[in-house]
Amino acid sequence: MNHAQEHIAPESHLSPVGLYVGIWATLMVCTGLTVFAASIDLGIFNIVVALLIATIKGTLVVLFFMHLKYSSRLTMVTVIAALFWLFLMFSLTLTDYLTRHWATGGI
Amino acid sequence: MATSDVTVDNDLRNAERALQHHFADMEQQQETSTFGMWMFLLTEIMFFGGLFTAYLVYRSSYYQAFVEGSQKMNIWLGATNTAVLICSSLTMALGVRAAQTGRRKLMVVLLLITILFGLGFLGIKGIEYHEHWTHHEFPGPDFHFETIDKTPPVDPTHTEIYFSLYWAMTGLHALHMVIGVGLVSWLVIAGWMGAFTPSYFTPVEIIGLYWHFVDLVWIYLFPLLYLISKKHGG
Repeated sequence: MNHAQEHIAPESHLSPVGLYVGIWATLMVCTGLTVFAASIDLGIFNIVVALLIATIKGTLVVLFFMHLKYSSRLTMVTVIAALFWLFLMFSLTLTDYLTRHWATGGI
Repeated sequence: MATSDVTVDNDLRNAERALQHHFADMEQQQETSTFGMWMFLLTEIMFFGGLFTAYLVYRSSYYQAFVEGSQKMNIWLGATNTAVLICSSLTMALGVRAAQTGRRKLMVVLLLITILFGLGFLGIKGIEYHEHWTHHEFPGPDFHFETIDKTPPVDPTHTEIYFSLYWAMTGLHALHMVIGVGLVSWLVIAGWMGAFTPSYFTPVEIIGLYWHFVDLVWIYLFPLLYLISKKHGG
């Protein structure tokens, strides 16, 4: 591997194969876990657990498969901007929809 | 001239050919391309985000209808497809790694496996679509849904909204998969012909980013559409 490493471009990060396989195994276990968690009635926490597991999986994909962990600050800011705009879209929409019944004073 | 000198010479010439005149060096060029791809993925997040917002609004309004709609999903096919996509992401990541280390044949093989996983995903999705179609679970004049006996019964038009979102979200995702398979196929051909070297493999890297992004969207679609409530069969 050292032999090959000499040839790569200076700023390009080379992750070990074991790391990728480890991430893959974690993602597979998490998929099993989310199916299992859905078979238990946790009431409103079902969706919380499902989204938590999905977010853990998504974070692993973005950090290691998409190399964000080794990317430039500029790329990190881009990803944070995406999450921020997504948050704005969700939250501003919900401030409308979740409060509509307040005006009619019921339910 | 020794053989190794010729190789180095060729490598340099390849690098010179790959470097566009408006960039200072290969590193800056690579950085710019990666940033451009992330910017595109940002717009993709907002694109899918619109559908996720619609999902959020209607799910909070018609929760029971969404529960009954999701019970028509085949969880095992959905979970299998999640696993298939995760495996395809692994082979894609290893393919990019093979490009980084300049192992051309290994890269081509890994990308071909990635394509097979992608096609496998689309095939399983097709089986699911066929099932929903024959059961009249497609929004429109033919839509038919027997509400599970509950008090008060769920309005079938609300379940139709669930299925509209199901088809729109998974359909848009499947379209991304089709495009992804096309892009990776191009990488296989170009890679086989030796277009990429350890100093220039930007297309492999950024198409890899695209592929992982499409996997990422499915990671959220699966629990949101398939695993809404455990009360299966009512």
